[in-house]
Amino acid sequence: MSRKKAVITINYDWCKRCGICAAFCPTKVYDTDNSGKPIIKNLDACVVCRMCEKRCPDLAINVEEVK
Amino acid sequence: MLNDLKQYLREDKLKHILCSGCGHGTIMNALVHAIEKCQLDRDNTVIVSGIGCSSRIPGYLNFNTLHTTHGRALAFATGIKLADPQLKVIVITGDGDGSAIGGNHLIHACRRNIDITTIVFNNNIYGMTNGQYSPMTPVGSYASTAPYGNIDRSFDLCKLATGSGATFVARGTAYHVTMLTDLIVKGIANDGFSVVEAMSHCPTYYGRKNKLKSPVIMMEMLKKSALPLTAFEKLPAEKTEGKYAIGVLHHEPAPEYTKEYDRVIEIAQKGAN
Amino acid sequence: MIEKKTRLLQGNEACVEGALAAGVTFFAGYPITPSTEIAELLSLYLPRIGGKFIQMEDEIAGMAATIGGSLAGHKAMTATSGPGFSLKQENLGFAIMAEVPCVIVNVMRGGPSTGLPTATAQGDVMQARWGTHGDHPIIALAPYSVPDTFYTTIKAFNLAEKYSTPVVILLDEVIGHMREKIEVPDHVDGIIDRKSPEKSPEDYLPYEAGPDQAPVLAKFGSGYRYHVTGLTHDFTGFPTTDPKQVKYLMDRLNNKIEMHKDDIIEAEELELDDAEIMVVAYGSVSRSAANAIRSAREAGIKVGLLRLKTIWPFAEKHLKKYADQVKAVIVAEQNQGQIVYEVERLIGCQAPVYAENRYDGELMKPEQILNRIKEVYRNA
Repeated sequence: MSRKKAVITINYDWCKRCGICAAFCPTKVYDTDNSGKPIIKNLDACVVCRMCEKRCPDLAINVEEVK
Repeated sequence: MLNDLKQYLREDKLKHILCSGCGHGTIMNALVHAIEKCQLDRDNTVIVSGIGCSSRIPGYLNFNTLHTTHGRALAFATGIKLADPQLKVIVITGDGDGSAIGGNHLIHACRRNIDITTIVFNNNIYGMTNGQYSPMTPVGSYASTAPYGNIDRSFDLCKLATGSGATFVARGTAYHVTMLTDLIVKGIANDGFSVVEAMSHCPTYYGRKNKLKSPVIMMEMLKKSALPLTAFEKLPAEKTEGKYAIGVLHHEPAPEYTKEYDRVIEIAQKGAN
Repeated sequence: MIEKKTRLLQGNEACVEGALAAGVTFFAGYPITPSTEIAELLSLYLPRIGGKFIQMEDEIAGMAATIGGSLAGHKAMTATSGPGFSLKQENLGFAIMAEVPCVIVNVMRGGPSTGLPTATAQGDVMQARWGTHGDHPIIALAPYSVPDTFYTTIKAFNLAEKYSTPVVILLDEVIGHMREKIEVPDHVDGIIDRKSPEKSPEDYLPYEAGPDQAPVLAKFGSGYRYHVTGLTHDFTGFPTTDPKQVKYLMDRLNNKIEMHKDDIIEAEELELDDAEIMVVAYGSVSRSAANAIRSAREAGIKVGLLRLKTIWPFAEKHLKKYADQVKAVIVAEQNQGQIVYEVERLIGCQAPVYAENRYDGELMKPEQILNRIKEVYRNA
């Protein structure tokens, strides 16, 4: 079974470290560091549902599907 | 995907002034997605707001934008829409701006059924001025002007809009973003006055005052409190406490105001000749 | 040759005729005595020319929608009276700050509060000047007859468009409701229309003013996307708290009116050449004053009238011209004394300034002013 592959870009200049992307990711792609900064921990798990992108209050996340 | 939406943003003005985790940011995100889906022409779209946290959002959107006085966005927007019905007009307002100081304009815009889509960013509080209670603060909640708990009963904004004659009324939340985007798309598509109440959260003031310690906890609240209309209607009355329905709550077409005014022009011009 | 039709019109009707001649295509307002004829007539006439009329839910909304109509490219106006003028003040300030051209007619009635809805007064001249909060310039015009109302209304629209600013017309109830003969021309020259930006949308900066200090605001929907806010903003239109930019904007707003005072200010000087007493009056009172100075002249008193047609900015030059010549000044007003303080401030050290007032709802008659002229003459 071929899984979707993603490229996730986080604009850290706009990101305010609220943790919403990490908390609600259904496949636990994200972790956060001590400052709350989102880190992409497990990109392979991403299913390109784009919920992090859509819920991001700072419009700081871009998710692209790699074909 | 977000990269495709950048044409709708004034990137040089971002990042925005909203607090970390503010639900308004998410709703703005959903609005931009909805605008993309509707393929709104940037030159032909006017976004109007009043005063408050949500009302600062037009400044970040790459359209004709108008940041007016407190509560009056709909009155300015009505002037714009009537003056040039070719323009798509979207109003961004908050629970204080839209239901307190601007409540009269809201019900009359509903009554006229003028083709404006209004998104009410409802975070149950006056965030810009440090968290005073609004007409949408739940009874029992704390606010900087309700230190002993709020005793004011709150509006059901969607019922208010429906009762006042809005032809499209919907409620969504900052958690249910896909649905919210869809509701805004439908609101924009409605040829008449549309109200989308977007349930938001204010971690900085409402959250702190009411022991909801993080934006994540507040988003969980939105997830728990909101039920799709059909599920909500099946709940026994005693179980509806603290819950609300989301989805399209009312949609009933009626003659649109500027088109009716075109008829007035036609009659007046016939009479004059 | 300009064709003229002689008609018998009310001041309020002449205001409507003037607005139409000036090119008004948008009206938003709320019913209030004694201004209602203006709204009623425009609800009839505007759709005939493809224009728009809307009766809003309140006075505040009337002002807001007027500004909205203007931003969408229309020549826009509203009409009201004292209580409504009070309610409009915040959005009037918005129009000043955002530099949106529009015309606000205030048919003055007795105040304060509900006061005397059907009686005349001139109690709103200071409210016109300082009714909205914060430092700001304002243009306020006060016609004295039905024909003058026609031309003053045209001038109001012209100034609004030229300087991208709201203009207030202060009619008093007597002027609004009296009927006079007026020749309404079919065509009026010198109508000023909204400028369009010279720059491309990419280079356009909405609040980058030209040498005349007035910005050129593109009509919404014309391809120029920009931001309009009541917050203090820089030349891009976006909010700023940078002290330099704040001061620049405040200065420019003020200079925009100050530097064009000669263009804006109009006053009539009647029999002032050899006058020893100067009467200062405006609106309906200036008619009684004109009558009074004629009678006084017949009685051998050298008296003249300075009739203010522009109230704000104040006709300082006109006033000062006679400051050294006259022995006394009488300021006749249908209020407890408002403009008199402005006169005192400007020439009070050169000549004694007396206030002659009436504020019981009845119009000030020539005899009252004549008696005061005689009294001042005896004591001078």
